[in-house]
Amino acid sequence: MKYIAQKLGLFVLTLWAAVTLNFFLPRLMPGSPADAAIAKLSQNGPVTEATRAAIEAQLGVPTGSLWDQYLSYLHQVVTLDFGVSYTFYPQTVSSMVSTALPYTIGLVGIVTVLAFVLGTLIGVAAAWKRGTWLDSLPTLTGSFLSTFPYFWTALLLLFFLGYVLHWFPTTGAYAATSTPGFTAEFIGDVLLHAILPALTILITSLGGWIIGMRNAMINTLGDDYVTFAEANGLRGRTVAIRYAARNAILPNLTGFGLALGGVVGGSILVEQVFGYPGIGYLLFNAVIGQDYPLMQALFLMITVSVLIANFLVDILYGVLDPRTRR
Amino acid sequence: MTSTQNVRIPSDHTGDGIAAPSRWRAVGRMVATVWGNTKARIGICILGFFVVVAVFAPVLAPYGPKDNGFERNGAASWAHWLGTTAAGEDVLSQLMHGARISLVVGFAAGILSTIVAVLIGLSWGYLRGVASEVVGFVVNLFLVIPGLPLMIVIAAYLQNGGILMIIAVIVVTGWAWGARVLRSQTQSLRGRDFVTSAQFSGDGSARIVFREILPNMTSLITGSLFGAATAAILAEAGLEFLGLGDSSIVSWGTMLYWAQNSNSLLTGQWLLLFAPGLCIALLALSLTLINFGVDGISNPRLREGKGR
Repeated sequence: MKYIAQKLGLFVLTLWAAVTLNFFLPRLMPGSPADAAIAKLSQNGPVTEATRAAIEAQLGVPTGSLWDQYLSYLHQVVTLDFGVSYTFYPQTVSSMVSTALPYTIGLVGIVTVLAFVLGTLIGVAAAWKRGTWLDSLPTLTGSFLSTFPYFWTALLLLFFLGYVLHWFPTTGAYAATSTPGFTAEFIGDVLLHAILPALTILITSLGGWIIGMRNAMINTLGDDYVTFAEANGLRGRTVAIRYAARNAILPNLTGFGLALGGVVGGSILVEQVFGYPGIGYLLFNAVIGQDYPLMQALFLMITVSVLIANFLVDILYGVLDPRTRR
Repeated sequence: MTSTQNVRIPSDHTGDGIAAPSRWRAVGRMVATVWGNTKARIGICILGFFVVVAVFAPVLAPYGPKDNGFERNGAASWAHWLGTTAAGEDVLSQLMHGARISLVVGFAAGILSTIVAVLIGLSWGYLRGVASEVVGFVVNLFLVIPGLPLMIVIAAYLQNGGILMIIAVIVVTGWAWGARVLRSQTQSLRGRDFVTSAQFSGDGSARIVFREILPNMTSLITGSLFGAATAAILAEAGLEFLGLGDSSIVSWGTMLYWAQNSNSLLTGQWLLLFAPGLCIALLALSLTLINFGVDGISNPRLREGKGR
């Protein structure tokens, strides 16, 4: 219980720090959104004071002391009221984020768990058969694939499997012709559209898990209790899975939370290539359209999600490894 | 460790009997260790190839990177080995000039973020008490905030800053990992005898950290330098692919940005998509491979072949 309380305290503190960072980030930058918009306009001709005032009013340029701004920002965050989007005008930022969020959480969440499970299994096999082709093949391809830029894997898959072979749809989360709803047809369509983005993330992130698990497993295989289990005449598979892998998975799990940040970042590039309407694609559009409220809310959302995932992994770690709870 | 009574003070005059081990010999031995590893040797060859191409790009490239008087969307031919872009530029020449940007950004950002990581990681490891907790909290915060989204947001606020902006953004977001690795090594070295003896002989903290502890972490620092450079190369390509850098320069990232924006997928120019990405992957791979050899400098068990 003390362990959970400690982790919870740290989580809340980190959350506050991330929220505050998000507040100061735009204010530390040279220039303001209004300046950027005016700079854009002034390329077409001189900008009058009246226009300037109008733009500042429209962009909601903050007034008052920094402390007041900070308080009203915190209020916004707590009530999830991030104002109105610039580029997608009448829509509120919150409604846009909540439309996009399920797609990203579905895509990244499922693929990350899949990659973790698959990578861990392959890593166990590679370490168990160390020195054979079963070890060198996955380790080498894994380290090569993990150097692939996410967007490049995405472009290649899109080109060969989408445009050349026509096996998969090339853009969006569902076909323009299908109507969203809880029908088998629609869900099948969504799954079909998710295959290529999912495959991209799987291919690029799998290598890291394989290598991490393999190295952790090689360390545990040298431990006395493994030798003892072997000396007792247990079957190879029992020793590998019930004795060695069970302990080797712990260090790999700590990497999970941190790697998630990388996968989330990569998913932004992947969503952009496939025009997949998740958080990443929205962030890209917000950046291109200089939609600062949307951008700020999205960055906050991404950071908070990763923080929550890390917190859950920490708790899980405490459950799996009683030593950390002391 | 020498006892304090009969330490011979090394003099700068040569021929005095004791020759201090040459710094260059130590470097030479390190290079030999790295070269002795097959994977690292392959990595060095790939990296060397890219460096040569980047340095001599103006001589080696058949055309200028921005010469756009050629046929548009041309397929591969004898005149243009990798075809031409939608704007009528030679893909091979762009690829060769693009190597310069990736190498410069990769190493500049890699070196700078390693310097930050060394400064923070070592002082963090050597400090005790509240100060250490505070630094640890900041490092963990930067570690857990997803890097690419942070880079994208910063890059969006600093409109079209070009290469220097990209390097700065990568350094700001990329130092935390190295700092954490170096910190744990500093912590384990902090309790060793040579550090204690330096403390007893009255050396200041800064001298102990940077003159006594730092040289023992050469391989770890080199490793984190190559790791940071790999991350920087991938991040730079990602940012430029999103169009957040200066899209008028010729780099592998901008080549892919223009390829996607000019619908090379539809026109079937797969070479234009394939080549820049493969170069990014190969360059990143070469640095990863070199790191296998760097690991062997401090850990002889990881060495291969005769040097074992």
